[in-house]
Amino acid sequence: MSEPLKFKFDVQGGNFTSAGQASVMVKKNLRQLGLSPEIIRRVSIAMYEGEINMVIHAGGGVAEVVVYEDKVEIILDDNGPGIPNIELAMKEGFSTAPDNIRSLGFGAGMGLPNMKRYTDSMNIETQLGKGTKITMTVNF
Amino acid sequence: MTVKELCEKMELSVLTLPDGDREIRGAYCCDLLSWVMGRAKADDVWITIMSNSNIVAVASLADTACILLAEGVELDDNVKAVAEAKGINVLTSEKTAYELASQLSSFLK
Repeated sequence: MSEPLKFKFDVQGGNFTSAGQASVMVKKNLRQLGLSPEIIRRVSIAMYEGEINMVIHAGGGVAEVVVYEDKVEIILDDNGPGIPNIELAMKEGFSTAPDNIRSLGFGAGMGLPNMKRYTDSMNIETQLGKGTKITMTVNF
Repeated sequence: MTVKELCEKMELSVLTLPDGDREIRGAYCCDLLSWVMGRAKADDVWITIMSNSNIVAVASLADTACILLAEGVELDDNVKAVAEAKGINVLTSEKTAYELASQLSSFLK
């Protein structure tokens, strides 16, 4: 079995101009690996939503994408404020994004729901005041 | 129908057209970016009035055929350059999103 392929990115907090760069880069890399367009679409959308969440809420973080023979794993790790109520945060339309973020078209309360929608599994580990780690997988 | 053909049929103004031969299969109308990523399908025409640089990333990731800006919305030069570099088609029209969508539906049947 071959060694899984890893891509790691630092996501800058508060920078909406460069937000999404890691996801676009991942999309490009996965395309070069010859994965199917639908898998690439699912991975890159789930990752973009997570990346935007880190930019808006957590002051940035680290995004890692690992490509195995049968799946892609996306790990998003931040040192932000944590999620007080995961059940509420998972509801479509629930958002804590400020108005200036909403004026950019974000903050629709669809980030976490979209991440779940486009992945086969999603695990959230969060600690108030310490940070959040989200692990998602997309199976081939 | 390709994006280039769509421009001619609907008399749209071209802001960027790096991939004019891209096939169109449907359309989606929304300004909330996450909503677009959750609901728009690959190869859709995405009709919006948002014009910040994040629309380029969303169009790229959701794999839409083009962005169609309604109500005469234009792009800043730097956003235009990013769209061009990322291969994202961006068109604009003075018409409202409703008018564009209704006109588009007759071509997509």
